[in-house]
Amino acid sequence: MPFSQYNAREHYDEMFDSEGICRSSNRLLYEHVNSFAISKLKQLQHTTEKAQISMGMTFNVYSDNKGVERILHLDLIPRILSAQDWSILEAGLKQRIEAINLFINDLYHDQKILKDKVVPAEVVLSSPDFLKQCIGLKPPKGIWCHITGSDIVRAKDGEFYVLEDNLRCPSGVSYMLENREIIKQALPSLFNEIGVQPVSNYPARLLHMLENLSDKEDPTVALLTPGVYNSAYFEHSYLALQMGVELITGQDLLVKDKKVYMQSTKGLKLVDVIYRRIDDTFLDPLTFNKNSMLGVPGIYEAYKAGNVALANAPGTGVADDKAVYAYIPRVIKYYMDQEPILKNVPTYICSEKDSLEYVIENIPELVVKETNAAGGYGMLIGPKAKKADHEKFRKLVKKNPRNYIAQPTLSLSTVPTLTRKGIQPRHVDLRPYILYGKSVEVIPGALSRVALVEGSLVVNSSQGGGSKDTWVLFDK
Amino acid sequence: MLSRVADTLFWLGRYLERAENYARFIDVNFNLCIDLPPGMKEQWDPLISATGDRELFISLYGSNFSRQNAILFLAFDEQNPNAIISTIAQSRENARMVRESIPKECWESLNDLHHYVRNAKKRKVWQKEDPHAFFEYVKNGIHTFNGIAGSTAPRTQAWYFTQIGKQLERADKTSRILDVKYHYLLPSVDEVGSPLDFLQWTALLKSVSAFNAYKHLYQKIQPDFIVQYLVLSRYFPRSIFYCITEVENALQEISGSKRHSNSAEKAIGALRSKLEYTNVNDILKYGLHEFLDEVQVGLNEISSSIYDQYFKVMPNYSVQEQTQH
Repeated sequence: MPFSQYNAREHYDEMFDSEGICRSSNRLLYEHVNSFAISKLKQLQHTTEKAQISMGMTFNVYSDNKGVERILHLDLIPRILSAQDWSILEAGLKQRIEAINLFINDLYHDQKILKDKVVPAEVVLSSPDFLKQCIGLKPPKGIWCHITGSDIVRAKDGEFYVLEDNLRCPSGVSYMLENREIIKQALPSLFNEIGVQPVSNYPARLLHMLENLSDKEDPTVALLTPGVYNSAYFEHSYLALQMGVELITGQDLLVKDKKVYMQSTKGLKLVDVIYRRIDDTFLDPLTFNKNSMLGVPGIYEAYKAGNVALANAPGTGVADDKAVYAYIPRVIKYYMDQEPILKNVPTYICSEKDSLEYVIENIPELVVKETNAAGGYGMLIGPKAKKADHEKFRKLVKKNPRNYIAQPTLSLSTVPTLTRKGIQPRHVDLRPYILYGKSVEVIPGALSRVALVEGSLVVNSSQGGGSKDTWVLFDK
Repeated sequence: MLSRVADTLFWLGRYLERAENYARFIDVNFNLCIDLPPGMKEQWDPLISATGDRELFISLYGSNFSRQNAILFLAFDEQNPNAIISTIAQSRENARMVRESIPKECWESLNDLHHYVRNAKKRKVWQKEDPHAFFEYVKNGIHTFNGIAGSTAPRTQAWYFTQIGKQLERADKTSRILDVKYHYLLPSVDEVGSPLDFLQWTALLKSVSAFNAYKHLYQKIQPDFIVQYLVLSRYFPRSIFYCITEVENALQEISGSKRHSNSAEKAIGALRSKLEYTNVNDILKYGLHEFLDEVQVGLNEISSSIYDQYFKVMPNYSVQEQTQH
C-alpha cells in the first residue's frame, strides 16, 4: 500500500488531519492512489516526465551554462483544494487585489495614504520600484495590476497566509495549464469522478481582459517577451499561441509619432495592447534603464499618450516591495473599510529601529528576505542555515536595513508526494492567478510548488522545487 | 506576419532540409562503400567537398577522410555548423522561437528528433558497424515533420516562408552533389557500363532519392539523362528547376501578385527562365560545373533579395532619433 509509511503529523497536511484521518475532500484521491502498486505509480510518473520533455516544457536555470534545459518536475499526485477552502481564497484575493489597485493609484496621485500616515512615506518613496516617471499616470480603465500570481502558504493552524503578491509579470501559469493536461491523462477516471473546476479557459479570459484595455472594437494584442533565452520563454510562446496573438520582442517594434508598430512582412502594423513580460525598467531605454536592449525606445511616451495599453502598468511593482507588503493589511482596511480575509505573514521591517534589533538578535529563527528580489534568491532561512550565514546576513542587514525584511519561519503545509522512498510528505505553497478586467476574477486552480527535498521549505523551481497539478473541487 | 518570424521560419525550413539531405548523402555513401570491390578505397572526400566544408574538416581532422571521421564530422560534430546535430538543434531552436506559428505536433516531433540525435551522439553511433538505423530515423523524423505540416499547417505566409527555405536548400544541395559527383565520376566514362560505373551513378541518383523514378523514365544510366533529370526535370521534386518553380509560386502566394512585383520575384523569375529555356546539351557544352556555379550565384541572389524584401527590420533606435529631430 503506497500510503502505509505515510506520516505527516508534524505539520498541517493537505490530505490527513492531525489524527491521521483522511480529509473528506481528499478521500477519493487517497483511495485511488492507494489502490495502485508503487511500481505502477512510478510508471505513471515516468510517463508524465516523457510528456513534459516532448512538449518542450523546459526552462533554463540562470546559473547553468547556456543550453542546459530542465523540466520542472511535475509530481503525479495532484493537490486538492476543497470548495470551502477555495471560497475563502477567492474572496480574500479579490479583496486584496482591489485594495492594492487603489493603493497603487493613490501612490502615484494624491498619496492620501501617506499623508494620513497609514503607511510610512519613507518606506514607499525609498522603494526602487516606486517609479517617479509614473507619477500622475492614468492607466487605461484605471487598472494597474491586471495579472497577479500571489504566493500563499498554509500554516500549522490550517489558515492561509499571503507570502508575496507578485504583481510584476508573475510566471508559472503555463504550468498550471499544461500540468492539468498531463495529470488528467495520467489519472483520467479519478479526474472524471472527483469533479474538478476547469482552468483551460484561462488564455481566453486573459485575452478578453487585455482586449478590454482598448476602446477599439477589435484591438491588436501582442505579447512582449525578452526573448528565447529567458527562463520563462516557454510560457510566453505558450500563452501567445493559446491566445492567438503575436509573440513579439523589442526588435520587432517601432515607435513612430507616439504609436507602436510591429514590423511585418507587409510593412508596419499598429499594436493596441501589449502584455509585456519585460520588467518595468527594461521597457523603455528613453524613460527608464538607458542600457536596456530588450525594450522599445519611445514606448512609454506612446503609453502615456494613450496610444497603447500595457499590462501590467509600469510602476505596479511598488506594491510588491517586501517592505511595503508588510502594510497591505492596513491598506485593505484603509481603502475597503473591511478586515482582511487573508492574513499576512508577520513581517519585521529592518529599516524600523526596534525591528532591526529584534532581527539581528533572532536571526537563527527567522527567514530574511531582500525587499525586491524574487525566485528564492537573496534569502536566508535561519533555522536551516549555518552560523556563518547568520553572521553574513547580520552584516548585510545592518549595512542596508531598507533592503531587508524578516519573517518568522512558517511551517508550510505538507502534501503527499511521490519520492524515491515512496509517498512522503513534502512542503508546498500555492500560486493562484488573478485577472483584473471588468472585475477581479480568480482562476479556480493554481500552481502548487513543492519542495522535493525532505524537510526543505524552498519551493522555487530555481532551487530544486517541483510542481503539482492543483484541483479545486466543485461545491457539491 | 512579423518579419522576424518569417525569417526564423525560412531558416527552419532550410536547416531541416539540410539535415535530411545530409542523412541521405551519408547513408547512400555508406552503402556505396559496402558495395565497392575489394581493394578499392572508400571515398568520403567528395562528399565532404560537396558540403562546402572541406576546409573546416581539414582544420579539425587533418586529411584523414576515414569513414568514422566523415560520419562524425557530418553528423555529430557540433563544431561543424552544418552537421546533422547542429542543423537539427538549430531548426528546433528556430521552431521554439516561433512555436506559436507552427502546428503543435510539428514542434513535438522536431523536439523528439532533437533529443534522439543528442542521445545518438552519447551512444557514439559513428563507431558502430552499421549506423544505417540512425540515418533512417533522422530521415523519417523529418518526413514526419513535413507530413504533419503538409496535412495540418494552413497555407498562409508561415507555410510559404518555410517552403521557400526548404526549396532553396533543396535546389542548392542537388546542385552541389551533382557538381562534385559528376566531376569525380567523369574520368570513369571510359568504363561506361562497367559494374563500378553503374554503382557510382546509381549512388548519385539515390543521394537525391531519384533512382527508381529515373529508371522508370529512362531505363539506362547515362550521364546526360541524369543531368537532364536532376537539373531540368519538370516532374522530379528535387530537380533544380522544380524547386525554383516552387519558390516562385510561394513568393507569388505571399505577395498575392501573379506578376513579378518585387526584387525577390524578379530574381527568381530570371533564374527560372534561364533553366526553362536551356537544354542539357547546351549545359554540357557550356560546362556543367560553370553552369551550376551560375545557378549557385542565382540562388544566393534570390536569398538576399528575399531578405531585403521581407525579413530586414529597422533598428528601433534610429527611427526614434528621426522622430525626435
